Amino acid sequence: MNEPLLRELVPAVIGVLVRRGADFASAEDAVQEALIRALETWPDDPPRDPKAWLVAVAWRKFLDATRAEASRKGRELVVETEPPAGPAPVTDDTLRLYFLCAHPTLPPASAVALTLRAVGGLTTRQIATAYLVPEATMAQRISRAKRKIAVLALDQPGDLATVLRVLYLVFNEGYGGDVDLAAEAIRITRQLAALTDEPEVAGLLALMLLHHARRPSRTGSGGRLIPLTEQDRTRWDTGLITEGVAVLQAALARDRLGEYQAQAAIAALHADAPSAAATDWTQIVEWYDELLGLTGSPVVRLNRAVAVGEADGPRAGLAALADVSPDLPRYAAVAAHLHERVGELSHAAELYAEASRTAASMAERDHLTRQAARVRQQLRG
Amino acid sequence: MKYLLLKHYRGAPAPTNDVPMDRWTPEEVDAHMRFMHDFSARLEETGEFVDAQALAPEGTWVRSDGEGLPPVTDGPFAETKDLIAGWYVIDVESWDRAVELAAELSDAPGAGGKPLGEWLEVRPFYGVPATITE
Repeated sequence: MNEPLLRELVPAVIGVLVRRGADFASAEDAVQEALIRALETWPDDPPRDPKAWLVAVAWRKFLDATRAEASRKGRELVVETEPPAGPAPVTDDTLRLYFLCAHPTLPPASAVALTLRAVGGLTTRQIATAYLVPEATMAQRISRAKRKIAVLALDQPGDLATVLRVLYLVFNEGYGGDVDLAAEAIRITRQLAALTDEPEVAGLLALMLLHHARRPSRTGSGGRLIPLTEQDRTRWDTGLITEGVAVLQAALARDRLGEYQAQAAIAALHADAPSAAATDWTQIVEWYDELLGLTGSPVVRLNRAVAVGEADGPRAGLAALADVSPDLPRYAAVAAHLHERVGELSHAAELYAEASRTAASMAERDHLTRQAARVRQQLRG
Repeated sequence: MKYLLLKHYRGAPAPTNDVPMDRWTPEEVDAHMRFMHDFSARLEETGEFVDAQALAPEGTWVRSDGEGLPPVTDGPFAETKDLIAGWYVIDVESWDRAVELAAELSDAPGAGGKPLGEWLEVRPFYGVPATITE
């Protein structure tokens, strides 16, 4: 059995333990222990029924932990050792787990960690490696998060928007250590899409698939960032693009537009263009207008200025940029690009250099430094 | 033995090949980035790599202004401040090896494809106290 399949069982197994009377925090700990055990032993000794194995081992771990705790406190074990059987609404349980792990009271980094562990079935070590923090730090972050949500009533309606935000954050983190967070985010979002009927979940899934399709072409040698216009489009994953477009079209047909569907529509228009020059920028601007109406986000306004610059020329782009606050990250980079296109090269070079000093990542900093160098080289003639 | 190889944006003596990076050609910038990337990979291969981090140039001084009061901040940094750009932490056999690696890093390609000749600060970590002392 492969690891992703094993991970998929985790939320359901937590659900079983909770239904048997375990509290969420203890159930989640017990399942994590069972998961680590499974990763160690299954390669040599695979069980016939993986889910039953996980339930049995996790339940035993839970009972051991509870007995130890009870004897430490000199109290009787209150939990039933023989669980009640009977049908259970697995779908609702798993969905509730998503809501709980991404609860709005949790800081985003904690919600991300807890979601990856309880819903995604990753080990604490894998999550720690992916986010470049020590394992003990990650373990502490997760147990603090669990303490925080332990007091919450589980029957309250969940906040789907926060769940989607958490999955979006995981996806954006990309690679880290030996864990492919983008692939994990897609897997977890797929599961969520199967559990709900919300077009925005499908929208987010489509957005991820369409961006993931371009990943092989996004970086060059030495981790060098390759912008969309220079990417080798033959390396885009057409299977993922086809799937992303289909998921998006089904979502849009429901006629309940949201920000993820609008972002996915923009990604789909890029994916659909056979070359950078053939991109339908007019339609992209229209989608940015929709997105701006939905979110009012200044970042959307900034990206819209880029699209306007492509659709109606750099002067129109600069006019659109006049409505955007210069304090925004990437403002200088966008301004540099538009000024370069109207031919103001020395101003553009200064802006690229300024943008490189305020870049949020090294890859971006290096890319912008190279842009500054390229424009200065043109200036030298 | 662990050593810190410290790279500065400002505050180090001027490199031999002193041209700001945005005035190099794009190919020279690429060559430099590739060298830095390969340097880490090479240290991993030799079993000497511990950590590498880069810092953004923006920052601020902070100090407490006493209980119940908001902290005092003083920033952005003045142009004269010594400014750390990033570091490598290496675990090597000897001081000589640390110096050798720092020199290699200093010779990263710069403007005109010529070595940068940048100054790096090499700092030993304190070791652990010996378990057996007599």
